[in-house]
Amino acid sequence: MLVEKDVARILIADDESPARARLRDLLDECRESFPLAIVDEARNGREALEVLNREDVDIVLLDIRMPEIDGMEAARHIAGMADPPSIIFTTAFDSYAIKAFEVNAIDYLLKPIRVERLLAALNKTRAAPKPSRDALDAAANQPRRHLSVHERGKIILVPLADVLYLRAELKYVTVRTVDREFLVEESLTRLEEEFSDAFVRVHRNCLVARSAISGFERNAEDSDSGWAVVVRGTGEKLPVSRRQHHVVKQFR
Amino acid sequence: MAKCGAVASINQTGAGIRLPNFCNLGVMLRSLLLVNALLAAAAVIRAPSANTIWLEFLVLAAFGEPVLIASLMALCAARRFLNAIGYVGAIALLAVFELGVTSLLFEGSSSFMPVPGNMTYGQVVFVTFFVTAITLGYFDLRARALSPAVAEARIQALQARIRPHFLYNSINAVLSLIRTEPRRAERALEDLADLFRVLMAENRTLAPIAGEVELARQYLALESLRLGDRLRVTWDTATMPADAMVPPLILQPLVENAVYHGIEPMEAGGEIVIVVAREAERVRMELTNPLPGATKRTAGNRMAINNIRERLQLHYDAEASMSSEVRDGRYRVTIRVPYLTAGA
Repeated sequence: MLVEKDVARILIADDESPARARLRDLLDECRESFPLAIVDEARNGREALEVLNREDVDIVLLDIRMPEIDGMEAARHIAGMADPPSIIFTTAFDSYAIKAFEVNAIDYLLKPIRVERLLAALNKTRAAPKPSRDALDAAANQPRRHLSVHERGKIILVPLADVLYLRAELKYVTVRTVDREFLVEESLTRLEEEFSDAFVRVHRNCLVARSAISGFERNAEDSDSGWAVVVRGTGEKLPVSRRQHHVVKQFR
Repeated sequence: MAKCGAVASINQTGAGIRLPNFCNLGVMLRSLLLVNALLAAAAVIRAPSANTIWLEFLVLAAFGEPVLIASLMALCAARRFLNAIGYVGAIALLAVFELGVTSLLFEGSSSFMPVPGNMTYGQVVFVTFFVTAITLGYFDLRARALSPAVAEARIQALQARIRPHFLYNSINAVLSLIRTEPRRAERALEDLADLFRVLMAENRTLAPIAGEVELARQYLALESLRLGDRLRVTWDTATMPADAMVPPLILQPLVENAVYHGIEPMEAGGEIVIVVAREAERVRMELTNPLPGATKRTAGNRMAINNIRERLQLHYDAEASMSSEVRDGRYRVTIRVPYLTAGA
């Protein structure tokens, strides 16, 4: 939490250089009544997350429409941090996002931004609670392209395309890629909803990437349906439950 | 009053309704199908049992067909005269004509053909008028649905939909320039004004293609203001016939699509290639842009494409073509229109 006389450390994330320049100008004008420092600038969501891994940031001015990782996805990764910065979304026009923000009570600034509005939003970050991960998830209209792993205060992005399967274990979900395993603090049910296009449930505790299914094996051990999925790349076998037996037929 | 059609406005309603051209094969076919369908329905209702439906239909058709064919022939032959006396007068005349034919048939029927299942004269006349009214009503509705006024209203509504995203981002970019580079800001606002002048104009007639190209250049100048070197454009207008007339705003929406779907989602940006070339008696406009992997073709894109396709159809009917394809990771859209000049 910021103390009143602290200097707010700000990160600007926008893919358009004039938009960043404009924000710098406006922030300069706010400086008198709201002490601040511009820590860095980012041209997309990935760069923004990299800056956050490197620097101590209090407020992120986050454009929604950016290449690679857009503002919406970046915000969802940021919200998973232990001590996340405040986020102020900026957008020129995105009827979907604006509606979603209204519904989920997430604050945003419309470009062109007025200095008064910017100042009000900056002041609000001191008092108002940060939007929750749930609200951000609800406001997003498309699945993330990465899962984020938070290790020692750093955000590690795992591209979804690299994920072979997701397996629930106690309060964590294990994310398996060809090279290694990660733990994420998410619910398997929510992941299933978000990535229903790319993943299929084979067991109460397991989602497999459709692209990672290399085949099915019969007479598998510890499988109540007798079937197991053979995972591409690793050759691991994941039991298919009796309830999800239809998946076998669907893929064969 | 004949010029009325040229200044037809959106609120035009009944004034322009005319009888369809009954010499047109399609109209004849539609009339035959509709009337026979109605007769068939009547036969189904009137037949005492299922296996007499066919017989009932034959009897009805034997009576109905002569009336229908005589009416169609009369409507075709007297087309010009009927159009001259107006819609209501034409219908009145048609009714008198049909009454005559029906009466003749009814009088003569006892000698050489059966009266459909002991119907009275009044019933026969009623059925004749009823079927005629439905047929004409159908053509009226069809004409309204396809009328240029309706299509034009839709075009204008679609044309007005330049992406607000572009407008606000451009204004934002200009704002950022005002303090540091006032000259560039002025230039950008001038481009923006030109662009909106064309967008807001009533784009009814054809415009020289050179102007279209200039407009697209101004649009791209604005976009490069905010996208910087992420936006790279290559023009090939070496063989462009500058005097060719094309529907206005045919190029700019395509360029806008290319920027929105092809350049903005790419971190490193990309190249848009625009070719305007003459091909014998045709003009080819071709535009390619990179296609980012995970992009879905959104509703906005389809709307722009459909809008242009519809306008091409309205201006050139079948003589223009538009196609799009994805090849080697690039999206290509090609338009071919006849080479028309202002004088022609």
